[in-house]
Amino acid sequence: MSAITLDNITKTYNKGSVLAVDKATFEVAEGETFGLIGPDGAGKTSIFRVLTTLLLPDGGNATVAGLDVVKDYQAIRNCIGYMPGRFSLYQDLTVEENLRFFATIFNTSIEENYALIKDIYVQIEPFKKRRAGKLSGGMKQKLALCCALIHKPVVLFLDEPTTGVDAVSRVEFWDMLKRLKSQGISILVSTPYMDEAALCDRIALIEGGKILSIDSPANTVKKYPGKLYAVKSSNMHLLLQDLRNYEGTHSCFTFGDSMHLSFKQEAEDNISKLTAYLTSKGHQQLEINEIDAGIEDYFIRITEKANG
Amino acid sequence: MRNSALRQLFAFVQKEFYHVFRDRKTLLMLFGVPIAQILLFGFLLTNEIKNAKIVVCDYAKDYGSQEIIRKIEASKYFNVKKASLSHDEIEAAFKSGEIKMAIVFPAGFYNDLSHLNKAQIQVIADGSDPNTATTLTSYLSSILRDYQSQEMAQNNMPYTIVPEVKMLYNPELLGAPNFVPGVMALVLMLVCAMMTSISIVKEKELGTMEILLVSPLKPFLVIISKTIPYLLISLMNLVVILSLSVFLLHLEIKGSVLLLFAESTLFIISSLALGLLISVNAESQMSAMMTSQLSLMMPTMILTGFMFPIENMPWVLRMISNIVPSKYYYTIVKAVMLKGLGFSAIWQETLILGFITFVLVMLNLRNFKTRLA
Repeated sequence: MSAITLDNITKTYNKGSVLAVDKATFEVAEGETFGLIGPDGAGKTSIFRVLTTLLLPDGGNATVAGLDVVKDYQAIRNCIGYMPGRFSLYQDLTVEENLRFFATIFNTSIEENYALIKDIYVQIEPFKKRRAGKLSGGMKQKLALCCALIHKPVVLFLDEPTTGVDAVSRVEFWDMLKRLKSQGISILVSTPYMDEAALCDRIALIEGGKILSIDSPANTVKKYPGKLYAVKSSNMHLLLQDLRNYEGTHSCFTFGDSMHLSFKQEAEDNISKLTAYLTSKGHQQLEINEIDAGIEDYFIRITEKANG
Repeated sequence: MRNSALRQLFAFVQKEFYHVFRDRKTLLMLFGVPIAQILLFGFLLTNEIKNAKIVVCDYAKDYGSQEIIRKIEASKYFNVKKASLSHDEIEAAFKSGEIKMAIVFPAGFYNDLSHLNKAQIQVIADGSDPNTATTLTSYLSSILRDYQSQEMAQNNMPYTIVPEVKMLYNPELLGAPNFVPGVMALVLMLVCAMMTSISIVKEKELGTMEILLVSPLKPFLVIISKTIPYLLISLMNLVVILSLSVFLLHLEIKGSVLLLFAESTLFIISSLALGLLISVNAESQMSAMMTSQLSLMMPTMILTGFMFPIENMPWVLRMISNIVPSKYYYTIVKAVMLKGLGFSAIWQETLILGFITFVLVMLNLRNFKTRLA
């Protein structure tokens, strides 16, 4: 049985005038960590809210743990854990009080499921008397994850759990997710960070409410058409402009400390022609290397196709 | 299952108490406002009156009337002008605002008192200023009592002087001695409705509602848990208000205190339900605040009857006042606290209040959204 299934789920707002999710269809297998990758406003949160029974879909069917999100919403609420995108705990309650409160309303106790949250909770336990509002971003996320896990959910929904969290805490957070996966919990996680996508079992790329691609991270990047080059020079500002003006360029984006470039047509002499062109423009210390496309490269490639 | 529901309820109520007691501003609102109100109304509105100009028309001119007039003159409260005025002239003096009270001794006052053991004097006060009028008449009554006890001691005769008090312009003195029941209605309404009106919408704003919804918690449990802390706090407030009234303002609770508390509890629940109803439907704390101020505070002040007599209002307002819970509560408190009446005198109001409460609670349960939109 699949942990989550979506079949042509559509969600609109303002009486149908805003299309947030457009016929989304995917499946999350039991025990799988499934990533929903896309920029802000792509429709990720809407999908989460439909699946967590907070919003009714306008069309399509969806199930969570084999239960229908519309008909069996009460039963679903008993067996899922949900961590909304915004920090949603009581800021004026202490760490321990928050955890105890959520444990109680889910009809359990901290002691009963301590084993499940132990790895995470020990990190925030020194601050258990501190009010949640006074915690750092990373701590807040850990506490929120503890609260979402305390009743041993079958499916865990994490809506942008690492947004606004420092780089170290992000890495720690994903380590924790890996451990949860080993406990057999199915996880649907969304993120705007492409580098985190690689840590999921499978990912769905979403943009403008549409699911563009569903595959493992490794297969997703293999789908990149053609070759991709990283270009560097002594004058990076001019480089972007010159590359974009070059007649053979398909697309060029700044990516970290280099430019990612793809050509309109793959040809043997592409590199030599480009080198000559850039040298004539006065660029020095040129470095042009073929690289493997990342998820972000693929995402940009397919969204520009989708946008025309 | 029932056991777990109780545990959920307890945890939720405990959480609500944390919210209240960790927020100084809320605490100040909850307890500061009622105390300030009762003191303001108590001391500013029933301020002591000194040197009030009054006119005495003595048609008796006998031993008794002279003696009483001397006592009145000796009092620091009155500034006495002796004159023989006709009733028309007295009214003219009132209209021009020259005098606050007129006392008329009929001819043969002392004769009546000593032979019939009973005499009357007429007291006319300016009812358009009810506070002053009642204060002055009560001062006068105590002077008369003083005189009677003195006479009794001398003659060993049970005399009674009946002051025939007549209030010009506002015969029922609406508003004056009744401010405590009015303030009780206002304060309880304010505290209960305003505080609860922001409590659910606050969870929506902070995003915690999302998690509460995605939990096995039943809607009625959320509503009950939001009600209990404020019910207890409001009852504490009631104790504070009543203590202040009794010990500081020397107001006597004539009827059953138990009955008063029972009726207050009913009223508090109706106010809480009203606040929750606003909260369930409001989008933000700000709008909840505004709605409760506009739709609760104004009607409570105006349509309850303690500031303006409802009888004199246009029929539209009179009709609306019939659905204002505080109107019934005000009547009930007046009956129990000031008049000392029992349940048999107020069962109708209680029934109506109970019905309104029931409707409000039902509306809450129906309007509580189990989803976000």
